[in-house]
Amino acid sequence: MTAALAEKNGTDAARPPVRDHRTPAAHRRGKPGRERAFDDVPRWQIYVPLGIYLVFTLIPFYWMFLFAVRPAGSTSLVPWPMTGEHFSKVWNERSFAVFFQNSMIVGVCTLVCTTLVALAGGYALARFNFRIKNGFMLALLCSQFIPGALMLVPLFEIFKNLQMINSLGSVVIAETVFQLPLSIILISGFIKNVPVTLEEAAWVDGCSRFRAFCAVVLPLLRPGLIAVGSFAFVHSWNHFLFALMFLSEQDKQTIPVGLNTLIGADSVDLGALAAGGVIAAVPVVIVFAFIQKWLITGFSAGAVKG
Amino acid sequence: MAQAAAVATPPKVPRRRSASPRRLPYLLIAPAGLLMLGFIAYPVISVFYYSLQNYNVTKPWRNGFAGFDNFTRIFTDDDQFWTTLGFSAQWVVVQVALQLTLGLALALIVNQSFIGRGISRAMVFSPWAVSGVLTSTIWILLYNSSTGFSRYLADAGIGDYGTSVLSDTGTVFWAATVAELWRGVPFFAILILADLQSVSKELYEAASVDGAGRLRQFFHITLPHLRDAIILSTLLRGVWEFNNVDLLYTLTGGGPAGETTTLPLYVANTGIEGHDFGYASALTTVAFVILLFCSIVYLRLSKFGGEHK
Repeated sequence: MTAALAEKNGTDAARPPVRDHRTPAAHRRGKPGRERAFDDVPRWQIYVPLGIYLVFTLIPFYWMFLFAVRPAGSTSLVPWPMTGEHFSKVWNERSFAVFFQNSMIVGVCTLVCTTLVALAGGYALARFNFRIKNGFMLALLCSQFIPGALMLVPLFEIFKNLQMINSLGSVVIAETVFQLPLSIILISGFIKNVPVTLEEAAWVDGCSRFRAFCAVVLPLLRPGLIAVGSFAFVHSWNHFLFALMFLSEQDKQTIPVGLNTLIGADSVDLGALAAGGVIAAVPVVIVFAFIQKWLITGFSAGAVKG
Repeated sequence: MAQAAAVATPPKVPRRRSASPRRLPYLLIAPAGLLMLGFIAYPVISVFYYSLQNYNVTKPWRNGFAGFDNFTRIFTDDDQFWTTLGFSAQWVVVQVALQLTLGLALALIVNQSFIGRGISRAMVFSPWAVSGVLTSTIWILLYNSSTGFSRYLADAGIGDYGTSVLSDTGTVFWAATVAELWRGVPFFAILILADLQSVSKELYEAASVDGAGRLRQFFHITLPHLRDAIILSTLLRGVWEFNNVDLLYTLTGGGPAGETTTLPLYVANTGIEGHDFGYASALTTVAFVILLFCSIVYLRLSKFGGEHK
């Protein structure tokens, strides 16, 4: 108590008279207290809430894993003895092997298309002034308010006219289009953060605009591009409604649609459902583990502020 | 001769560059622009168009211009519109408020330096990557009355056997809310943590030299710094929660007894299962206008982008 008071007095005294003769001493005395104030949060205040939240986060994952690997009929809470019967059942009989392949194709194609188109658009927004620029920005922002779920019927008619129903291309296009606005805004923010003088220096050295972009700007965009690309992959891997509507043949469907079929089955086979869930989770969890550091750097590059 | 060429070359390079920049930006936004025109603008316009039509595949003899009939029906003769709109509002407000609070707390915790920070971050953020359908899958396993979590609790003497929280109208809202929170909190935590990286440490040092406690530092430094990020992320998330149907569609199917039917779910049922596309389009138009109006009001009230304080 007295120590705290003394410390407070010390820091108070150090405040107004900057050239006070006591200042250096007070400064020195104040230092450990100051660090404790913003850095040394008591450990329990970190670990207790974090522990509670970790339990909330991890138990559902554990539960799914448990149901996927324990034999049917078992009520054990430890995943031992393990069985692969549920996995082989969903993978072969419920055609998750095909769904997995389809989801991969959709995910990778969406990633490539979104990144390339958004790079071009983002570069234009970041580096040029042109007449319809503000209108284009406004259209990008407004499109965020359009419920994709409510566009299903007109989109279905468009793809029917293009004869793309039951082709994975329709899902790739739809996913790309709905990923684009946010991706363009993010990428243009990242490009703005790269000083234009770097590019100009490359032009002076004789590079074309395209080569200068590839050699100078692109390497600096790496964290941003990883964030945007993985967004596109994860979203298209996860997204359900477009695939549900546009792909009716079973050998064209994707993993979320397959999961939904398992959920809706007359007598839900929980083991198979859990195994399907694990198969759906593995790729995105791997992608996530790889990108989560980039995600923080990517966003803190000022992109959130537009 | 060689000298003349050297003199002639430099102006040529800038000219080549100054000629293209006029068309280049249009070329660059063309792919994005064309895709959005074809697959966003055109569907939106056709929704507006169909909202003024009677258009029902199962009753083709009635198809034709309807004027504002569909809209009149929405506002005067459709109880389901009002109940689903009410539920959507409740869902969005509860979700955004809880996700923001928990996400902010989580971001502040994992922003401290402690042992095991990297792995903790990766684990608490991981549900971000999980889809609505997968979330439903997981929570169906947890909520299942015979093999789920409640059975083990009942074994231990807490609660009753045989209650499924998803089929009870009293508990289904909170059951769905917890499931959605599980995957929604990391979104806020990631964005806020990213924004926390740019708060200057000197501000905290100065404040603590001035004797401000951690609580006061939070309210006077951290929160004002996060303001714009919080406004933007709550808005984006609110719109997203309003529009998204994956989780409720697969977890509860809008049930029991229509208890968890949001407006978009109602629209999807009307248009896709009821084949009444004209009416569904009118509902979509109304939902879009409501959403846009609420967003503008929200941005105005929160003074987004304004001076801090």
